[in-house]
Amino acid sequence: MNRVADRFSRVLKPLAEEVIAVIAGLLVGALFITVCGYDPIEAYIAMFQGAFGGVHQLAETLAAATPILLTGLTFAICVKVGLFNIGAEGQAYIGAVAAVLIGAQSFPYGVHLLAAVFVAMLAGALWSIPPALLKISRGVHEVVSTIMLNWIAFYLVYYLARGPLVDASRPEKTVSVSPTSRFPILIEGTTLTAVLFIGVLFAVALYIVLWHTPLGYEMRSLGLNPNASKFAGVSYNKAVLSAFVLGGFTAGLAGAVQILGRPPTYALYGDLSNIVNIGFDGLAVAMIGRNHPLGMILSSIFFGGLYTGARWMQILAGVPLELVRIIEGIIVIATAIPEIIYMIKRLGARRIA
Amino acid sequence: MIIAILLSGLHAMIPIGLAAIGETFNEKGGMFNIGLEGILLISGFTGALIAEVFRNWALGILAGLISGAAMGFIFAVICAYWKGDQMIAGIGINLFALGLVSFSLPAVWGTWGYHAVPKLVNVPKIHTPIGSLSIFVPITIVLCALTHYLLHKTSLGLMLKAVGENPEAADVAGVNVYLVRLIGAVYGGALCGLGGAYLSLDYLGFVTKTLPGGRGFIALACVVFSGLEPGLSLVAGLLFGFCETLGLWAASLPAIKKLIPYQFLYMIPYIATLIVTAIAVKRRRFPASMGIPYRRE
Repeated sequence: MNRVADRFSRVLKPLAEEVIAVIAGLLVGALFITVCGYDPIEAYIAMFQGAFGGVHQLAETLAAATPILLTGLTFAICVKVGLFNIGAEGQAYIGAVAAVLIGAQSFPYGVHLLAAVFVAMLAGALWSIPPALLKISRGVHEVVSTIMLNWIAFYLVYYLARGPLVDASRPEKTVSVSPTSRFPILIEGTTLTAVLFIGVLFAVALYIVLWHTPLGYEMRSLGLNPNASKFAGVSYNKAVLSAFVLGGFTAGLAGAVQILGRPPTYALYGDLSNIVNIGFDGLAVAMIGRNHPLGMILSSIFFGGLYTGARWMQILAGVPLELVRIIEGIIVIATAIPEIIYMIKRLGARRIA
Repeated sequence: MIIAILLSGLHAMIPIGLAAIGETFNEKGGMFNIGLEGILLISGFTGALIAEVFRNWALGILAGLISGAAMGFIFAVICAYWKGDQMIAGIGINLFALGLVSFSLPAVWGTWGYHAVPKLVNVPKIHTPIGSLSIFVPITIVLCALTHYLLHKTSLGLMLKAVGENPEAADVAGVNVYLVRLIGAVYGGALCGLGGAYLSLDYLGFVTKTLPGGRGFIALACVVFSGLEPGLSLVAGLLFGFCETLGLWAASLPAIKKLIPYQFLYMIPYIATLIVTAIAVKRRRFPASMGIPYRRE
């Protein structure tokens, strides 16, 4: 009986904290909407309808949730080891460009999609190895090294998208990948493809790796108490490298998903607009999902809905869709505060007294 | 020619240097703020906005300074007083800044990506025999000296170091740990805010979503490189400023441009940051309580 109650509160308390953080984000968002002379209630109703108001909207929400779930996983794996890997952004760029590179070749059906996904994941992992090695051998802080590699990846991919991979007839994008390397569309008329299953599959797989394998056990123990685990014989270097490489796989996949699994262009835009920020949005997904793969499935749907709904909000209420990034920032800042529930309780108690 | 490159290197140093100098001061107190990139972005935006509204560049600089200090204040309230996670708060500040500026570009100026700041409110230059100089060059050097003085010659600096090394002992000795950390973060934010205003009102003369272009993180690398000495962090800033200039200069030469695409030349400062941190990091020592919120027992 006690164990059930214990479990309940272990899930319920973080959930309540995240709900408060989300409310804080929405309230600050409403403030900005009001200051800029729009109607917040109208805007939020439009946003909700755009996100969850029908089968099509829901499909778009899920389509937007998949890549940020994957980049969120990149961050979450590394947090388990005590690392702050914010390199999913750059690794996704590299994965996307690799997907274009392989997808534009001609391979037989079936093999082609697998090859494109595999190479994209490998490319993402490759981009995650330098920060891991710098951390292990030189103690370079991963925040600095991953951000630098994000910028290097940006210019590299920008060059490739504008130069060698450009579509000669439409220079604003790269060549489109051939139909044999595209994920099948699930609901006609939406951008939801079978990548949805891949996203969920990876989240579940990661949950199993982290909680039900020796490697995952070692990684988590390092994150919780580095000294004790090192003393117990856990290899720090191995855990760091594994976390970065596993993260690189999912980030590379996130990049590939945007190319191979998001109709209608199946290409990378020259200004990288269909890939930029998916790594940073993943940070928010990971934090609201408490770095737990299953929690992150929920939070990615929330953020996916936010981005999809924002487009409706822009059309119907006139509010620039970039508002969602303000909300996102406030939510993350609010999750940084550990005793948010306690503070609100105290505030309430004071008011009553 | 060489003087021109050195001079532009000096100008490229300023935003990185200001952010780094302020952050050395903040980190001495045991907190690290990885939201520098976001603070540069926000203050660059508010600086440009206020300067344009009041048609006065000096007010713009002041607005940049104040908004930087305000972000430092928010960071300190969350991380010192409320014992929040500094890494998450810093990431949150970066995301919030990106949101604020992406939202405001269309909401305020009706443009999606790029807003050019009118020449009217650009900060005037000092004309010298070797070329024109930004007023931020002397300001940065003076602030660097001031920060060094505050850290090593005043009781505030001593308290800051005590709070960073051993907050329990500082508390017992009657130092208000939270307040001292707040002062450090606000000072650091203010300097970073100056750097942001410099970016939009002087150095670049525009506002975009990627205004700082990683300079906030390069500044963090400078702080690590310097081992929390303001003077050394400015030297590191100069090094990266010089790398940036070198890339821009090489990209402007037709002969080199033909040989190497300009995108690769733009990578130079980031690659240099990786190399320099890889060489420098291991020898540095940081305050003992770095990153740990202080809880009174």
